[in-house]
Amino acid sequence: MSGLNTSLTCILCPMSCVLELTVEDGRVIQLSGNNCKLGPTYAEKEMINPTRTLTTTVEIEGARIARLPVKTQGEIPKSMILECIRDIGRIKVKAPIRRGEVVLENVAGTGINVIATRDLS
Amino acid sequence: MGDSEIKAADVAVIGGGPGGMAAAVAAKRAGAERVLILEPDFDLGGILPQCIHDGFGTFVMKERLTGPEYADHYKSLVADSGVECLLNTMVLEIDEDRTILAVNPAQGVLRIKSRAVVLAMGCRERTRFQLLIPGTRPAGVFTAGAVQRLVNIEGYLPGKRAVILGSGDIGLIMARRLKLEGVEVEGVYEILPRPSGLTRNVVQCLHDYDIPLYLEHTITMIHGKKRVEGVTVSRVDARRKPIPGSQRFVSCDTVVLSVGLIPENELSEKIGIMMDPVTGGPLVDEWMETSIPGIFACGNVVNVYDLVDYVTYTGEIAGQGAARFIKGELPERNPVRVMAGPGIRLVVPQQVTPARAVEPFSLYLRAEEAGTNVRITVKCGDRIIARRRERAVKPPEMIRLIISPEKLKEAATGGALLVELADEGGTRDERT
Repeated sequence: MSGLNTSLTCILCPMSCVLELTVEDGRVIQLSGNNCKLGPTYAEKEMINPTRTLTTTVEIEGARIARLPVKTQGEIPKSMILECIRDIGRIKVKAPIRRGEVVLENVAGTGINVIATRDLS
Repeated sequence: MGDSEIKAADVAVIGGGPGGMAAAVAAKRAGAERVLILEPDFDLGGILPQCIHDGFGTFVMKERLTGPEYADHYKSLVADSGVECLLNTMVLEIDEDRTILAVNPAQGVLRIKSRAVVLAMGCRERTRFQLLIPGTRPAGVFTAGAVQRLVNIEGYLPGKRAVILGSGDIGLIMARRLKLEGVEVEGVYEILPRPSGLTRNVVQCLHDYDIPLYLEHTITMIHGKKRVEGVTVSRVDARRKPIPGSQRFVSCDTVVLSVGLIPENELSEKIGIMMDPVTGGPLVDEWMETSIPGIFACGNVVNVYDLVDYVTYTGEIAGQGAARFIKGELPERNPVRVMAGPGIRLVVPQQVTPARAVEPFSLYLRAEEAGTNVRITVKCGDRIIARRRERAVKPPEMIRLIISPEKLKEAATGGALLVELADEGGTRDERT
């Protein structure tokens, strides 16, 4: 399998180095454009297993506002964001609810729970 | 209004967002007894409850919180500290002698005599009419913050296909948010040759979702009768003028504006506080005290900070300053100017009395242009007060420079402080 050439912007500091890299067999085999040793670590993570904390809202009944803000309690794979959004979009909760309360377990089979990020009554 | 209710306070804080909450709690902790927050919304938190994304509090709390979590944390500090909150309360006027005129539905007209005041009204968004975008006036043109409130609090989507003008942070965040909620985001158009928001947001909100960013582009016409039907976008030249022949029609039903924030200073200007034309906020000193003794200011009313952490820090200082003021513990002012020298666009605070040390004393700076391997120097005459190397600076990313009070006192006799940014000679192209 021949290597895939791509580029990405490192966001670990304001330098914002544009990393030019070649990925082959699930590994970064060539990297340039980084100005420090954090570049390779960032590139490896972003190319091989990128993850994100997902934040969104769910419908809430009986509260003074219509939406309850929620987040995934840990990072989910970036490739699962749309499945997670769909899964979270199906739920509806009732007030009162406390910050940190689990509103959905094991979102889209990621093993990660979704929790409320504010108190609402 | 002779029959209006009269209330007394030691410190009255105008606005219950992150700056105001930090100021109120700090004033209370520093020994002010009757501390009062006046907030026009039905709840504390300011803009934070609608900022559902994470990344708040990495300095103050050492963790990445969402806006609502950051707000809830400070709301419980306010509740525990015994600060009194008047919600649904709009301040109409403040006198130079710190009498506040306010209204709310429960009490009607209120007069509050306060021994010190902290201004914490935050900022507001620039609108279409401050940009003078030509075209019709259909429904469907929103500021990014209004869209954020509709989507995240009230549960409405603004439309089906959106164009975003300006690459400010809220615009970038809302591009992602709309995309996740199923709105088609055609693109983000930025008149400058660089994004206005943080690189982190460009990467995680646009690159992650394949939303195109068109630099050196702007909207030159809005079309539509009742509802937006589309916009004309054009490339611009180096002087930001549309290039004839470069225009293109983009069909959309929603235009989202993320074109800058303006400190909210109608009240401050009415009192006659001296303003800084560069920041758009009051001139402040090391205790965040304005040109009128006993009136302090903090957060985005002073200067649009990029991070809520900085808003909190300035709130804490203003609150402590206000408590010291009423206890007669603030030494008299004898300020020297803090000036933005070459390479620096703005600096806050704009003046300092070296003998009134506050710890840590921070200068907040914005670079004029992007640069790598630069040196920031704070000078007083020939004497160097502080110096820091930065590997990279960008105008959208504010720089916080902490200066030791001893160093500052050394400067007491030397006149104005000058902040400069210069290339570190010779190292520019070295790669490590």
